[in-house]
Amino acid sequence: MLVSSPARPVADHALRRWLLALALLVPLWVLAYGQLVAIADAALALTGLTRQTALGEALHFFFYDTPKVLLLLTGIVFVMGVVQTFFAPERTRALLSGRREGVGNVMAATLGIVTPFCSCSAVPLFIGFLSAGVPLGVTFSFLVAAPMVNEVALVLLFGMFGWKVAALYLTLGLAVAIGAGLVIGRLGMEAQLEDWVRPIIAGGGAVNAQDSSPNWAARFAAGRHHVREIVGKVWPYVVAGIALGAGIHGYVPQDFMASIMGRDVWWSVPVAVLLGVPMYANAAGIIPIVEALIGKGAALGTVLAFMMSVIALSAPEMIILRKVLKPRLIATFAGVVAAGILLVGYVFNLVL
Amino acid sequence: MKQVKILGSGCANCRNTAQLVESVAQEHGVEIALEKIEEMQQIIAYGVMRTPAVVIDGKVVHAGGVPTPAAVAQWFERPAAS
Repeated sequence: MLVSSPARPVADHALRRWLLALALLVPLWVLAYGQLVAIADAALALTGLTRQTALGEALHFFFYDTPKVLLLLTGIVFVMGVVQTFFAPERTRALLSGRREGVGNVMAATLGIVTPFCSCSAVPLFIGFLSAGVPLGVTFSFLVAAPMVNEVALVLLFGMFGWKVAALYLTLGLAVAIGAGLVIGRLGMEAQLEDWVRPIIAGGGAVNAQDSSPNWAARFAAGRHHVREIVGKVWPYVVAGIALGAGIHGYVPQDFMASIMGRDVWWSVPVAVLLGVPMYANAAGIIPIVEALIGKGAALGTVLAFMMSVIALSAPEMIILRKVLKPRLIATFAGVVAAGILLVGYVFNLVL
Repeated sequence: MKQVKILGSGCANCRNTAQLVESVAQEHGVEIALEKIEEMQQIIAYGVMRTPAVVIDGKVVHAGGVPTPAAVAQWFERPAAS
């Protein structure tokens, strides 16, 4: 399929300008990231408050986290925008078509991280995959992993809890996607696709135009476009999330959450998953709240289960998928993924 | 007169794309007949896997996300065929 990338002879000039801009911006980014505490201290000093008061502590949290999260987000979203130009859905589909279950599920889940995906395109993508001979279970592995294990979630987890938590989330998120796809594949639910879908799939309907390979200037431009689209859209949620987090940080008593979301409360994991379903938020908006909850004694597994549920089991996406899936398959999909998330929540709480 | 079709399920990005295409075409003085295709069967018939997608004179020129104004301008500067 065509990608909107003008391949002009002036590409060399454009590339030089990009390299120059990056040579300037990358050191600036690193410098700013290294000075986050100083920036927060300076900003707090301007308000005349100290960290000894609840308001001062809340503000400091806000002044520190907002630039940190926005910087991380901008940097990584740019990099992912560039990486995604190498993994158009058409290419991913070609890589997955005809794969056996097992290997196919692992590949699909992994490719889900780097392939651009928006839940509003879930239906055409779903049909595009199936009609190219990607098995149903493998397609589901992709559909689960793509929203859940995304760069925004991973980066924010890394920035706030360190690489171990990010790596655990990555591993367990992939495990849920692979496991869910394997189970759905085993159940043989092809008959549960809506009737209008099956002839299209059987006909191998989708035609595959040749990959147009963009040049590097176009890839960088795609990165900038990605930043505008993602960061431009989510920053208000991020700021609102951090403000809420800051409020919890400054005002909610220490260990308040331990009694309701602590690891000893066995029912907190299923409740967290159930609470997450009707909520529709992106990883960026939810993680600052997650950080604040954990700071007050909520168990990491419970909170991560909540987060996975919000991102992977959203009601709007179910409604979109209802166009191609019969209720039984939707219910199976939701049930299998929810079971996987529950397992992740309990494992996290046990291990950490 | 160019036949322009916007494929998409009626999400915000699809509306933005339609607006952008309309205004850029006007700037370039190109007459277009804009049509929004929201029926999923029809969208899939174009072999598109990402929405919104843009079809000009029967050819898919864009798929996935709102296109950049520069890209849209290109469609109307020269014949749509690339």
